[in-house]
Amino acid sequence: MSSQPDSARAYWRENLRIIFTYMVIWFAVSYGCGILFVDALDQIQFFGFPLGFWFAQQGAIYVFIGLIWAYVFSMNRLDEKYDVHE
Amino acid sequence: MSLDLLTYMFIGGSFALYIGIAIWARAGSTTEFYVAGGGVPPVANGMATAADWMSAASFISLAGIVSFIGRDGAAYLMGWTGGYVLLAMLLAPYLRKFGKFTVPDFVGDRYYSKTARYIAVICTIVISFTYVAGQMRGVGIVFSRYLHVDINTGVIVGMVIVFFYAVLGGMKGITYTQVAQYCVLIMAFMVPAFFLSMQVTGHFLPQIGLGATLEDGRSVLVTLNELSSELGFDQYTQGNKTTIDMFFMTAALMCGTAGLPHVIVRFFTVPRVKDARISAGWALIFIAILYTTVPAVAGFGRVNLIETINGPDNAGVEYTQMPSWFKNWESSGLIAWADKNGDGKVQYQAGAAFDGGKPAFIDSRGDYGERLTENASSSANEVYVDRDIMVLANPEIANLPDWVIALVAAGAVAAALSTAAGLLLVISTSISHDLMKKSINPNITDKQELTYARLAAIVAIIIAGYFGINPPGFVAQVVALAFGLAASSVFPAIVLGIFSTRMNTQGAVSGMLVGLGSTMAYIIYFKFMGGTPDQWLFGISPEGFGTVGMLLNFVVAMLVASMTPEPPEEIQSIIEDIRIPRGAAQAHAH
Repeated sequence: MSSQPDSARAYWRENLRIIFTYMVIWFAVSYGCGILFVDALDQIQFFGFPLGFWFAQQGAIYVFIGLIWAYVFSMNRLDEKYDVHE
Repeated sequence: MSLDLLTYMFIGGSFALYIGIAIWARAGSTTEFYVAGGGVPPVANGMATAADWMSAASFISLAGIVSFIGRDGAAYLMGWTGGYVLLAMLLAPYLRKFGKFTVPDFVGDRYYSKTARYIAVICTIVISFTYVAGQMRGVGIVFSRYLHVDINTGVIVGMVIVFFYAVLGGMKGITYTQVAQYCVLIMAFMVPAFFLSMQVTGHFLPQIGLGATLEDGRSVLVTLNELSSELGFDQYTQGNKTTIDMFFMTAALMCGTAGLPHVIVRFFTVPRVKDARISAGWALIFIAILYTTVPAVAGFGRVNLIETINGPDNAGVEYTQMPSWFKNWESSGLIAWADKNGDGKVQYQAGAAFDGGKPAFIDSRGDYGERLTENASSSANEVYVDRDIMVLANPEIANLPDWVIALVAAGAVAAALSTAAGLLLVISTSISHDLMKKSINPNITDKQELTYARLAAIVAIIIAGYFGINPPGFVAQVVALAFGLAASSVFPAIVLGIFSTRMNTQGAVSGMLVGLGSTMAYIIYFKFMGGTPDQWLFGISPEGFGTVGMLLNFVVAMLVASMTPEPPEEIQSIIEDIRIPRGAAQAHAH
């Protein structure tokens, strides 16, 4: 990939790092809190819900929304930084 | 005003609106027909994506499923929303930059291979037909229940409406009607939910109401758990599925969602790469409004259902005293009662009331006027309640005003029609663009291609309508297949195509074949050839096997690619190009 300028490669690497960070959160919230550790979290009460149940049926969805918008803002900044925005 | 009249007004009014929009947004070119000219604002696209995505299954069936299986319903709730995170980060922006019309376009061009394109076309068509049959059926059920017309008439009316805006307007017409349909369906879902939440808990927001305490100081969930164990059901907040199965099922639904052609294609319609990310964000907000309300509707509905059927003292209510909704749904065959202990009272508890699950009605009435069946089981449970009635019957069970019931009917029709239109467009595009233009006859003009697209849409509507009128018995089973196919073939092929410059034709094609083959074999064996759950591999259900197929796809593709030559220079530069946002606006021009 010698044809690719260094800045494009740096842009892509930073994008991958951002994606990776958000995917870790995505996984932890849905598969972690909602499935793998759901029974342990259910011991904790949260606004009348067992916490694990709340994550599985509501909380994870709120976090998903937050993640997409965080990605939108991170990428808008990154696009400006590397001057690849439209 | 009678309920019938109100329902006619709501459904008729919404149809007039859709047709009006269709005439206003007629498509003049293939770009407008396939991707609405690439000029849809992200908020509107987000709304249209939400309507496209939320089908009769989300609107009618999801709350029913959660209501009956409790916590395990989370696999659907998380699976059908978490896929949008994958879409926003791994697929949508890059596919928008790529800037063609369809998923097979990307797969065919990126892997410089007709074989790869054909596999993608077949997956697209199979997935979309699977889905669309269920939508037409949903329209038919609503019509027959609320307007007292024959199911077949309902399906035909639905076909004519979809025909109007999908064939005339293409993606442009569909997008703007979907925006209207989203508004109708979300109102129809939320209004009764607000009413229910106020009525049961005194909280306006159902999301909070589900955690609230009732008059007796116990919370809704505790009440549900107690009612459930009293009647012999599993605890509502406890899971029944194994952790590994929940894990694989959720993953299959998430990756399947991200790989569904009719969802992906929506992201081709926005002006810029940035807008693809933003519209995924909007789409999930609009979807989440409904999805976070579902658990509350499910919970309140369950409490109301049990308390209405069994009465306040849990001893059962006399059949002759049952409210009219009970008898209406009984006439539709979705509720059945067999007076097993001969006391004339309806008693509901755990256990299958009828042998084989569903009631088999015979053509006569019993002592109290109930419909008789021939397969009452030995279980003490006397009542069969179909899961699918929960959302539709909820307003009646809770005694909400008639206009709310009419609104729910219009919402269910909007949900089914919007999804059906999106799917039909994908089918017609696959045929006119991917098969005719790109494979069989590349020399046809833009105008001819548009004619083919419209013809294909007409044929697809007729086939979908046929399946709606004569539903194949396997519709419920093949939904697992649709998600499995999307997760195990389309999703990995696209992700690898974007994130690996090394991935080549050989790798992608062998990966897709292995993923597809293993998933289909597993699902067919367990769904159609009588495989039993104790034979499940590692305890993974057919619904969750798409994840295994996907993992196999990734592994095989990377192994094969590492042993075969790397893709040509120009393909590698395409990949480098789609990773950079600048320049997407011009992409539709060529």
